[in-house]
Amino acid sequence: MKQADFVSLVMPFKDKVFRLAKRLLVSHEEAEDATQEILLKLWRNKEKIGDYKNVEAFSMTMTKNFCLDRLKSKQAQNLKIVHSNYTDNSSSLQKQVEARDSMDWVSRIIEDLPEQQKIIVQLRDIEQYDFAEIAKMLDMNETAIRVNLSRARKTIREKLTNTHRYGIK
Amino acid sequence: MVLNSIEKLIEKYDNAETSLAEEAQLRAYFTSDNVAPHLEHYKPMFVYFAQSQNEQYTKDVPLKPKRTILYQWISVAAVAVLMLGIIVPNILGPSQEEIEQRALAMETYNKTMEALSLVSLGMNEGKQQLNTLAMVSDNFNQGIEEASRLSEFSKTTNKIFKNK
Repeated sequence: MKQADFVSLVMPFKDKVFRLAKRLLVSHEEAEDATQEILLKLWRNKEKIGDYKNVEAFSMTMTKNFCLDRLKSKQAQNLKIVHSNYTDNSSSLQKQVEARDSMDWVSRIIEDLPEQQKIIVQLRDIEQYDFAEIAKMLDMNETAIRVNLSRARKTIREKLTNTHRYGIK
Repeated sequence: MVLNSIEKLIEKYDNAETSLAEEAQLRAYFTSDNVAPHLEHYKPMFVYFAQSQNEQYTKDVPLKPKRTILYQWISVAAVAVLMLGIIVPNILGPSQEEIEQRALAMETYNKTMEALSLVSLGMNEGKQQLNTLAMVSDNFNQGIEEASRLSEFSKTTNKIFKNK
């Protein structure tokens, strides 16, 4: 497999890999590194790539596992990449303006979800995979995915409603 | 009626029972400008989802083609060959042919030396003979001196004869 073939194979889903990585790792740079790592892994195993039925699904699974590993090692180092300054009331004007941005609410709410739900929301609501594909990627059955997704959506809605009603917390 | 169907869809959506097409419908509704006030709080969610889709990975991935790896190994191989070229002859030592050649050269050298020493012997003998020759010439010179004395004598004799 030539480099050009590989690039054209990877091109359609590299952004999806990046977005999933960013969803899980939060930091933009971390997500870039992770994406690069995933793509290089694929490149190194390019001889075997023909054997995979669905390279995209395979890559998404790889990304999920890679990012979860990253997070685990981060936690072991006691370096959590979790923003803990949401409730800082004496934040700067800039931050307050940012906080008012409703897009930010949503991303923060999603950030607070358990990892499993985060991944499912990312794959379903943002990348719009169908349930069968998600089931394959995450090695779960569809019912479990639906249950998790429903929970995640309800949590997001509830928190959004609260924020909407009471303003910024 | 539109609102009604949207409300129904929203409920299905919360239970994760919507299909992808239905979700697209919801997304289209909530990203438009006329959202019913009591559903307003769903709006950020769908707008966010729509926006997130546009985020792109822009960093370049350094894909190394295999060729460069091969080139690296070629240089390593070249160095190895060079080292072998230097080391192996040293380890194996001189070959049979070389030994023979060396012996031949030694023999020739010895013979030449012998001949040369013979020549030098002859030379020395010649030198001794030269010495005797020098002695002869010495005596000869003495003879000449005496002869000159003799000529002086004859001069005086002549004078005497003349005076007579």
